[in-house]
Amino acid sequence: MATVSLKNLTKRYGNMEIVHGIDLDIADREFIALVGPSGCGKSTTLRMIAGLEDISGGNIDIGGRLVNDLPPRSRNISMVFQSYALYPHMTVRENLGFSLKIAGAAKDDMDRRVAEASAILGLDDLLERRPSQLSGGQRQRVAMGRAIVRDPDVFLFDEPLSNLDAKLRTQMRTEIKKLHAKVKSTVIYVTHDQVEAMTLADRIVIMRAGHIEQVGTPDEVFSRPATRFVAGFIGSPPMNLHEATVSDGRLVFGGGDSLPLPGQFKSKTAAGDKVVFGIRPDDFYPTGHGLSSGGETEVHRVDLPVSITEPLGNETLVFAEFNGADWVSRMLNPKPLKAGDRIGMSFDLSRAHLFSAETGKSLRN
Amino acid sequence: MKGLKPSAPILLLLPAFVVLAAVVLVPLLLSLYSSFTPFRLTRPETFFVLIGFRNYISILSNPDFWWAFGRTVLLLTIALNLEMLLGLGLAMLVEKATRGQRILRTLMMFPMMFSPILVGFQFKFMFNDNIGLVNNALQSLGITEDAIPWLIESHLAFTAITIAEVWSSTSIFAILILAGLLAMPKEPIEAARVDGCTPWQTFRYVTWPFVMPFAYIAMTIRSLDVARAYDIVKIMTDGGPAGRTELLWTLVGRTAYSDARMGLANAMAYFSILLSIAFTVYFYNKLAAARAQIGAEW
Repeated sequence: MATVSLKNLTKRYGNMEIVHGIDLDIADREFIALVGPSGCGKSTTLRMIAGLEDISGGNIDIGGRLVNDLPPRSRNISMVFQSYALYPHMTVRENLGFSLKIAGAAKDDMDRRVAEASAILGLDDLLERRPSQLSGGQRQRVAMGRAIVRDPDVFLFDEPLSNLDAKLRTQMRTEIKKLHAKVKSTVIYVTHDQVEAMTLADRIVIMRAGHIEQVGTPDEVFSRPATRFVAGFIGSPPMNLHEATVSDGRLVFGGGDSLPLPGQFKSKTAAGDKVVFGIRPDDFYPTGHGLSSGGETEVHRVDLPVSITEPLGNETLVFAEFNGADWVSRMLNPKPLKAGDRIGMSFDLSRAHLFSAETGKSLRN
Repeated sequence: MKGLKPSAPILLLLPAFVVLAAVVLVPLLLSLYSSFTPFRLTRPETFFVLIGFRNYISILSNPDFWWAFGRTVLLLTIALNLEMLLGLGLAMLVEKATRGQRILRTLMMFPMMFSPILVGFQFKFMFNDNIGLVNNALQSLGITEDAIPWLIESHLAFTAITIAEVWSSTSIFAILILAGLLAMPKEPIEAARVDGCTPWQTFRYVTWPFVMPFAYIAMTIRSLDVARAYDIVKIMTDGGPAGRTELLWTLVGRTAYSDARMGLANAMAYFSILLSIAFTVYFYNKLAAARAQIGAEW
């Protein structure tokens, strides 16, 4: 069990800098998710922590020990790969026990630890099979078992669920969460799926283009996104984000429509500021069908035409046309609507976000 | 018209059968038959004299034949192992190359592009005790004073032949093993590194099991090749000195055409084929086992 600390960690391929000096402190037994779009450097960062990629600058500490120049085998980590990376010529039992065999563990100790891991992951019936005889979910479980058996300081997961179908992914997500509760070790989990990150992690690190955009608990990154990018990346369906200009206490959008400037931002903006207005579908809803209907403190109502609806059973996503664009809203307790209907829509402005159009930073603080 | 009217499939296949029978089956049966006769090219009437297994008994009790047989197995063992090791080394080096891999692959195949006869002539020149490159180099570098009789002393001659054989065919192993290395998924190697393997252990437990089937394919091809080795030996030593580098097929060739004892030569040939079959079966079994082990889906 160990802390992990990255200081000014940099990765360059030739003249191309991929990771631009990131700093991150991970507490013992913490579950950290690195998320971001593909190419943001999250996998490279993980591979640098694993020792599979050389680092071009900065330091990596695991458990207070500088590991910059240590090979992967000396870092006491284990890793679960996207493609599982099982050894095809070994049975499940041999796959699980391989690292112990290499380390020269005693036979009975090895058997005991393999048995433990196999019991945790329900692999008992599969121990004599080879990877080619297993389904995707089973292979995934073996890959996790192989990681557990080593009893490492840090678990590294590199998009472990992206090769599974949607149903199995949800199921394995729950298993990973249970597993973390059981083995209680530090986990660094790379994913491009923000739902996985939100459901699993204690803290989420959102990366873009080799920089960290924000580090925070799932609630923090959802409710208080630090940048426009985080606001758009976290949450499904994504936040409505539209550029506007501050003018006379109002936000004027490009199409000419306007909204009142939310109260909390009045002191933080000046007339003529270019900003990005953001509101989550949960805070923009057909009047009377919202999460906080009736409890709002600062609500702006307007009648808008419906352009399309996506019924999901318990709720309906309503796309309403405002300022020439479709704004997505979440309608709880849905009633049937059809395209072209004009309905009363509520903007809960106390929960709206405002970002600088220039820097993308939140104007909240 | 009533009579024999073969069905369409038989009719359509008939030309192929006729051609196969003419070029394969008839010669095969004739040569098998002749191995039971004292047939000499110079005395055609002997073709019709049956002597039963006398040719076979005579070769099996002939020490020269067994020496040639043994030498062939020895050459096969040494050459294949050397080619395997060198080929594996070459393949792993080329696989590591980040730039110019294609040109290296092409260069690697150069020896395969030469006729074995020419390879034989080239090495015969290089190992010549008076004007050869090897002795010249050794003497210029001061490693030896005397001219080493490469193609004259029997052990050295065998060594020289082995070197020529290895030079010309290592690339078969290198190419096939390289194909295996390139086809291999990289993640298990990374997993092994994280799992605590040293580079040697990674090779021993992960890379090698994966590449093994490719090595066995090369082994199978090359074992057939070496078991019928003829050209390089014919050119370099012609079985000499005093028959000390005589291999199975140089012996068969000499018996058949120089001594004109075709019946006896055919008996030797049939017996020699057993050797090739034995090696092929052996390597195929190994290949099947190795493939099953890595769960190959081909």
